[in-house]
Amino acid sequence: MIGLGEIFKYEFVQRALLAGVLIAAISSVLGVFLVLRRLSLIGDGLAHITFGSVAVVLLIGFSPLYVTVAALPLVMLSSLAILQLTRYKRIHGDAAIGIISSVGIAVGIILASFSGGYNVDLLSYLFGNILTVNQTELLLSFIVFIVVVGTVIFFYNDLFAVTFDEELAKSMGIKTKRINIILLLLTAVAAVLAMKVTGIMLVSALLIIPPLTALQLSFSFKTTIIISAAISIFSVINGIIFSFLLNLPAGGTIVIFNVAFFLVIFGAKKILRFQR
Amino acid sequence: MSINLISTENLTFCFNGLEVLSNISFAVKKGDYVGIVGPNGSGKSTLVKNILGILQPQKGSISLFGQPLSSFREWNKIGYLPQKLNALNTYFPGKVEEIVQLGLRNKNAQNLEQVLQLMGIKHLSSRLIGELSYGEQQRVMLAHALVNRPELLVFDEPTTALDPETRDIFYSLTEELNRAHGTTIILITHDIGVIGKYARNFLYLDKKVIFAGTFEDFCTSPDMTGLFGPMSQHIICHQHDALESNP
Repeated sequence: MIGLGEIFKYEFVQRALLAGVLIAAISSVLGVFLVLRRLSLIGDGLAHITFGSVAVVLLIGFSPLYVTVAALPLVMLSSLAILQLTRYKRIHGDAAIGIISSVGIAVGIILASFSGGYNVDLLSYLFGNILTVNQTELLLSFIVFIVVVGTVIFFYNDLFAVTFDEELAKSMGIKTKRINIILLLLTAVAAVLAMKVTGIMLVSALLIIPPLTALQLSFSFKTTIIISAAISIFSVINGIIFSFLLNLPAGGTIVIFNVAFFLVIFGAKKILRFQR
Repeated sequence: MSINLISTENLTFCFNGLEVLSNISFAVKKGDYVGIVGPNGSGKSTLVKNILGILQPQKGSISLFGQPLSSFREWNKIGYLPQKLNALNTYFPGKVEEIVQLGLRNKNAQNLEQVLQLMGIKHLSSRLIGELSYGEQQRVMLAHALVNRPELLVFDEPTTALDPETRDIFYSLTEELNRAHGTTIILITHDIGVIGKYARNFLYLDKKVIFAGTFEDFCTSPDMTGLFGPMSQHIICHQHDALESNP
């Protein structure tokens, strides 16, 4: 068995840890706004769209090195389609996510059949592998991290107001449409990046579980964001290390760590409340 | 001559093909205290949401502080208390202080302290809004509307969850803001007695403007006697007169 100290000597592990930390921070920060606006399922929807987009990109013949980058525009466009659909009074947000995500999966399945069934490349995206992160994806993660942190700091008041109450935000002169577009586009990018960490099947876990855990501990809006990012980063680091040491799939291990944190904190809170 | 802070011309708003507001034209002058009354579904909240740019009318024009709504940017001059907060849930992690501060555009910490004190919520400033009672949440939202010391305050049924004491404090405060500081106030309420006591002008709405004008006009209008009945009209006018003669 490889020792703990030895792990960090491998360049691909260093890359995985760095990318994992950046993607965990991105997803968990955006997740706070999504969970509080009851848009948790958007992660699942965008992940399904990512499946279709990756199938398109692979069929076109993009090198696996650039699949993540090439899939981005399609996922971003789809996120805007979700937003557009929700404008119709008779289509609720969850239904809009359902329509677009079904299209994503359907397109993925059809295109996979063109290339002779579920080929290895497409399946690898379904379950993800953070240890295969390449330099392009690491650079993309770093750029997106800077953009997300910058956006949250610059638009903090607007994001807070829109999350609290969209109508109230509008009455304060906040361009809520612009804020919604920014949030959805960043979430689309986060979903594509998170695909590499946990796989398409578990993308929403990175967006939903850390914010939910943070909400159990929160004592202000700012601390909720910070706690969410801290829990997510800690889970990703532990998940990568343990998966490497125990030869387990990284994506699943990361999600199990996230769920374990949630259960421990949720349970401890319940016990404390019961004892009072 | 005082300027119009709000004016609407032939404002029409439809929802799902049904006309909710029909050709609404009215104006609110600077320093006025206007009450908006009308039955459920009469379009009171919809009118205010159109004025504040929350909803888009299908027809007509709106101007705020003399500027068309589309080019209006001085939102810090307006404080708004909505009828109900859509997103407010019991696990929203915003502190009272954070929420009140959200309305503070000039970042004047002194304003924040004063308004927390004024609304009697200073001791709650570190609590999460979701943990508070509905009445306390309402006071937080009042503080949010007031913190920026706006020139125009819009209240949509502001006292539904307040106890009688806090309700009286609230109305006295609106009266003081209006009389001493010249703050223009728009108040939507079902309590016509309150309108009679505090507002100088009022608008009776039922998808269209049924009555708009001063209390003097209202009290002498035979049409309004027909609408409200002589007793109600008398009570409203009496309350208003008592306040005018004993401010």
